[in-house]
Amino acid sequence: MEKRNMNIHLKIWRQKDSRSKGKLVLYTVEDVNPDMSFLELLDVLNEQLITRDEEPIEFDNDCREGICGMCGLVIQGTAHGPNPGTTTCELRMREFEDGETITVEPWRAKAFPVIKDLVVDRSAFERVMAKGGFITVRTGGAPEAGSVRVPKEDADLAMDYAACIGCGACVAACPNASAALFVAAKVSHLSLMPQGRPEASRRVERMAAQMDAEQFGACSNHGECEAVCPKKIPITAIARMRREYWKAIIR
Amino acid sequence: MRLDSKVPAGPLAEKWDRHKFEMKIVNPVNKRKFNLIVVGTGLAGASAAASLGELGYQVKNFCIQDSPRRAHSIGAQGGINAAKNYQNDGDSVWRLFYDTIKGGDYRAREANVYRLAQVSNNIIDQCVAQGVPFAREYGGLFANRSFGGALVARTFYARGQTGQQLLLGAYSALMAQVDAGTVEIFPRHEMLDLVLVDGKARGIITRNLATGTYEAHPADAVILATGGYGTAYYLSTLATNSNASAIWRAHKKGAFFGNPCFVQIHPTCIPRSGDYQSKLTLMSESLRNDGRVWVPKKKGDKRSPNDIPEEERDYYLERKYPTFGNMVPRDVASRNAKDVCDEGRGVGETGLAVYLDFKTAIEKFGHPTIEEKYGNLFEMYTLITDENAYEIPMRIYPAVHYTMGGLWVDYNLMSTIPGLHVLGEANFSDHGANRLGASALMQGLSDGYFVIPYTIGDYLAGTELKKISPNDGEFKQAIEDMKQRDQKLLSIKGNKTVKEFHREIGNLLWEYVGMARKEDGLKHFMQEIPKLRDEFWQNVRVAGSADTLNKNLEFAGRVADYMELGELMALDALHRRESCGGHFREESQTEEGEALRDDDNFTYVAAWEYKQMGNWEMHKEALKFEDVTPTQRSYK
Repeated sequence: MEKRNMNIHLKIWRQKDSRSKGKLVLYTVEDVNPDMSFLELLDVLNEQLITRDEEPIEFDNDCREGICGMCGLVIQGTAHGPNPGTTTCELRMREFEDGETITVEPWRAKAFPVIKDLVVDRSAFERVMAKGGFITVRTGGAPEAGSVRVPKEDADLAMDYAACIGCGACVAACPNASAALFVAAKVSHLSLMPQGRPEASRRVERMAAQMDAEQFGACSNHGECEAVCPKKIPITAIARMRREYWKAIIR
Repeated sequence: MRLDSKVPAGPLAEKWDRHKFEMKIVNPVNKRKFNLIVVGTGLAGASAAASLGELGYQVKNFCIQDSPRRAHSIGAQGGINAAKNYQNDGDSVWRLFYDTIKGGDYRAREANVYRLAQVSNNIIDQCVAQGVPFAREYGGLFANRSFGGALVARTFYARGQTGQQLLLGAYSALMAQVDAGTVEIFPRHEMLDLVLVDGKARGIITRNLATGTYEAHPADAVILATGGYGTAYYLSTLATNSNASAIWRAHKKGAFFGNPCFVQIHPTCIPRSGDYQSKLTLMSESLRNDGRVWVPKKKGDKRSPNDIPEEERDYYLERKYPTFGNMVPRDVASRNAKDVCDEGRGVGETGLAVYLDFKTAIEKFGHPTIEEKYGNLFEMYTLITDENAYEIPMRIYPAVHYTMGGLWVDYNLMSTIPGLHVLGEANFSDHGANRLGASALMQGLSDGYFVIPYTIGDYLAGTELKKISPNDGEFKQAIEDMKQRDQKLLSIKGNKTVKEFHREIGNLLWEYVGMARKEDGLKHFMQEIPKLRDEFWQNVRVAGSADTLNKNLEFAGRVADYMELGELMALDALHRRESCGGHFREESQTEEGEALRDDDNFTYVAAWEYKQMGNWEMHKEALKFEDVTPTQRSYK
């Protein structure tokens, strides 16, 4: 199979800082190898910008293998781009056509202000996590691991939810900018583990309250979050969170 | 200066317990009066910050990413070792200790490695209590698998995302302490310098990466958990932001650097495809449990792998190492891959790859079983290469993955600078000359959860620490120095980008200080690197300004450090005229081409003291083996 290099046009969101207004700027990159990743394309463009004495485009990224959750761009209107179940850094140029114009924007949500260009501030997630995204255990005070059996089905399901990488695509995709899937994934993971039951009520109440305080919107079951989630976290998480929530407040 | 490892007296198995009793303890009421800095939020940093906060210390925890949860420990796939012996296959603390010290080719400290094996079981207990969803069998018991260099199944895992789940466990403990008010986190903050007051580590200078502000943070002790220096090679399996600057700048302030030439090249990575490539992706070593490594017997065989009949394939690891087969340690597997490619039997477009074939396993266990075990890894492979590894063998090639070298520390994890402690991959570590699979997670968490919370108390209780303030001369001067350094980088406005320089130093390191090193190559490298360094400081082009988010400036500062660190790596590799673990000197091999140690002359840790650029003094910490007898490693 012969692979041909492509010319790609990019409309990229440029914004100096959180106070300035931003705009889309058009760039063209020639001779793009289809095996190149989308972020490597931005690297190549940035090298060209630096050489031309222009400011490079700022975008967050780190592991470049889909696990750290740091990268996140809205590509052609979709969080993390056209491929379902992948992060931005896993996207390859072979998914695009020669001569295509690709629009690239940051996550857009009230709770995620833009810092610069495509970089946003997701610290609201941290503050939600601090309210209950944990099981309290003193270092060294843990019982023998083998003393509690966990049914394989529960461990597997908990792992499905625990796979969340905290990238924020769910918020970016939601018409209400709700963080329900992110919070529900953590609540579901921890409440499925026997070790997480004692704090289940306190956890869900405090996390939900903080989620509101951070100005994330309410969930109205659009399901856009599930569609863009790079780890395919199922929306059943939100149903689980609601059940935990009602259990907590009706107690 | 004489190096004192501070290894406690007494029988090996009793050293740690005895030491814990003998160490001084800070009165619980006084703990809150101490301010501690932890740099890094990976397994070692997050677990340390959380545990120290829990004890009552006031902790500041810094990381360069936008969240502590993103530290590159998250990328670890395969698993974590522990001597639980849940599989009843004869494992024990002693066997884990023995495998680890043997796997490290007898270049680690006995007492440290034994302690690591001892606390391995506490780590699993701790993580399970935090809700880490380890893989289970029907019936609810733990599922375990085996890793390279071991004949028992002692590795605990959470799908192919063990590092992620363990890090999220440590991160959740950290966030609980943030809520409790004992730990304050500083994301998007990069440590630029270590500040010494009266010869003790008393704080750091940071740059807020989002705003460009330079800040001084005084403390009573500083803990570095900033990972390894593999990104010096440009292409590696590390994250793009991983770097060596925190440990390097501490080194230049007086912390000795231990065994800088000990670098691990991981055998199972996806081969490189083009110049634009920014990183290499690792495929977990656990794949070698079921995958079989081979190349064609014939040189330059360009047929598709599925068209090459069994009798024309060379399963070279199974052939050469019948006992361990595909499960030999990483250094052995990597070197053998290089050898067959050097012979002209490599596969793929570049000829720099070998096959990892699952056909036998799929026939034996069925597609669903293999998918359940490795599904996410196969998916990742397809995403990157556009090939389906269930139908056609994977192509793999070694890549830089881990650095066993790092800042020298004593048994208490303290460096040669009083008050500066170093944890995890950032220290010269318990892995000797080669780390076994699933042992990095173990060491990071051991240092953070179970060692530093005790040993830091001993330092704080036994040290006189005068009151300091960020307005003191030492801090003001350090901030000024760092501002000027950044301004210098921005003002050069030369013709080569930071990335071009990074690629250049990386290629040189890979060529001359990579999988095989020899005297003339190392000497050539040492001639080239000062020239490249000079060129960097005269001709680098850094974009933008310092008063805003500027990743290009961040990278420039880090690449400048690789230009210096690279020289020390080569110097260490040159002086160590033996092969051991990941350090293969071509002049020192057995008739069969295996690494040949020289115990008479090199049974020591080389700890390098920085004098000035290009000038280091070596100090030796002799390694004494009282409980194991170093033998030539054999995995045949």
